[in-house]
Amino acid sequence: MAIAVVNRRIEVTVNGKAHVDEVEPRTLLIQYLRENLDLTGSHVGCDTSNCGACTVLLDGVSVKSCTVLAVQADECAVTTIEGLADGDTFHPVQQGFVEKHGLQCGYCTPGMIMAAVSLLDENPHPTEQEIREGIEGNLCRCTGYKNIVDAIQWAAENS
Amino acid sequence: MIPASFEYVRAESVDHAVSLLQEHGEEAKLLAGGHSLLPLMKLRLAQPGVLIDIGRLGDLANIRDDGDMVSIGALTHHAQIEHSPLLRQECRVVSHTAGQVGDLQVRHRGTIGGSVAHGDSASDLPTVLLAVDAVMVAHGPEGTREIPASDFFTGFWETALTDVELLTTIKVPKLPNAGWSYQKFNRRAQDWAIVGAVAVKNGTTRIGLTNMGSIPLRATAVEAALQAGASLSDAAAVAAEGTNAPADVNGSAAYREHLARVLVRRALEEAGS
Repeated sequence: MAIAVVNRRIEVTVNGKAHVDEVEPRTLLIQYLRENLDLTGSHVGCDTSNCGACTVLLDGVSVKSCTVLAVQADECAVTTIEGLADGDTFHPVQQGFVEKHGLQCGYCTPGMIMAAVSLLDENPHPTEQEIREGIEGNLCRCTGYKNIVDAIQWAAENS
Repeated sequence: MIPASFEYVRAESVDHAVSLLQEHGEEAKLLAGGHSLLPLMKLRLAQPGVLIDIGRLGDLANIRDDGDMVSIGALTHHAQIEHSPLLRQECRVVSHTAGQVGDLQVRHRGTIGGSVAHGDSASDLPTVLLAVDAVMVAHGPEGTREIPASDFFTGFWETALTDVELLTTIKVPKLPNAGWSYQKFNRRAQDWAIVGAVAVKNGTTRIGLTNMGSIPLRATAVEAALQAGASLSDAAAVAAEGTNAPADVNGSAAYREHLARVLVRRALEEAGS
């Protein structure tokens, strides 16, 4: 069937800044962030909602932006890794990844941090087991989970 | 991976969604959280011409006390169900199982209605809803009808919903004193169940199986054995009877049958049957 593609106007607040754009309905949120807004901190990993590299906050909660359409984010607030620090001051979760060296190659790191921010928002003082279960949707193929868990624990203790 | 092109329309109400379904016919698919549909569209396993976005129908995203039942709006996210004080009190097996779906990000977006209407027998909640005798409420051009869970799942990714019906509510019975257990076996924490088994003991014991056929199943042979006075392990030994387990990269049919027997035994023990 021939599809009459009609671009859709969306208004999205990303990292506190309002954006108005016209997008094809099939545009994924990750694609919109990276290609339209040039916010390339959020990564595409598996592209199948398994790995979590594309995790951003949508209205304050973590989502996998490879499995959200940009049109679904219309009139919503998005926070990406670029919007987390307060000026030159890292967010406690970012600082935790510095303190505990919570990364190796760094590819999973932005998604891991955004997932951790959402986790700590819901459960500010998680046990180690709760942290491990809370980041089950984020894969680190360097398998450096020990330091990532330590980094999130550091953030919980220093928020 | 980007889905094939489609026309996007946003429903403003349940009736509007139904009229859009009537207008667009079988070309249309409903979009809720999108966590079953969008992955299929990205893989081009689904290619709807029109997506009707029902994600903003806030009236369908609540959990409320409904006499002997708890009514869960179809757009309620798994995370809301997992943490609902009402469901944790009245039907803990449902709130617990919602917390076993996917991962945190998936539970923030995925909805119970989407999971149920998608009709994947590897999903956790349909099996539990079958075991507790949930009722699905559908709205269509002729009004509203209630469909018992036992009649709802009709085939692989197929349900009793017609092309012009919208699932609006899932009603689960209050079972505050029931023993329960959901046993999910998978290789990675976030994956679908290779096999899952639920036991709900409220007087009699009801058993459900995840991913042991094209639809969620009741383990009727186990239930009958328990009624006849069999021991838990003897009852669990017949868990694979009447099933039609799939074979795939995660395991053969025989392996799944083995898992069903083991998981049913564990579920019976945990539920205190």
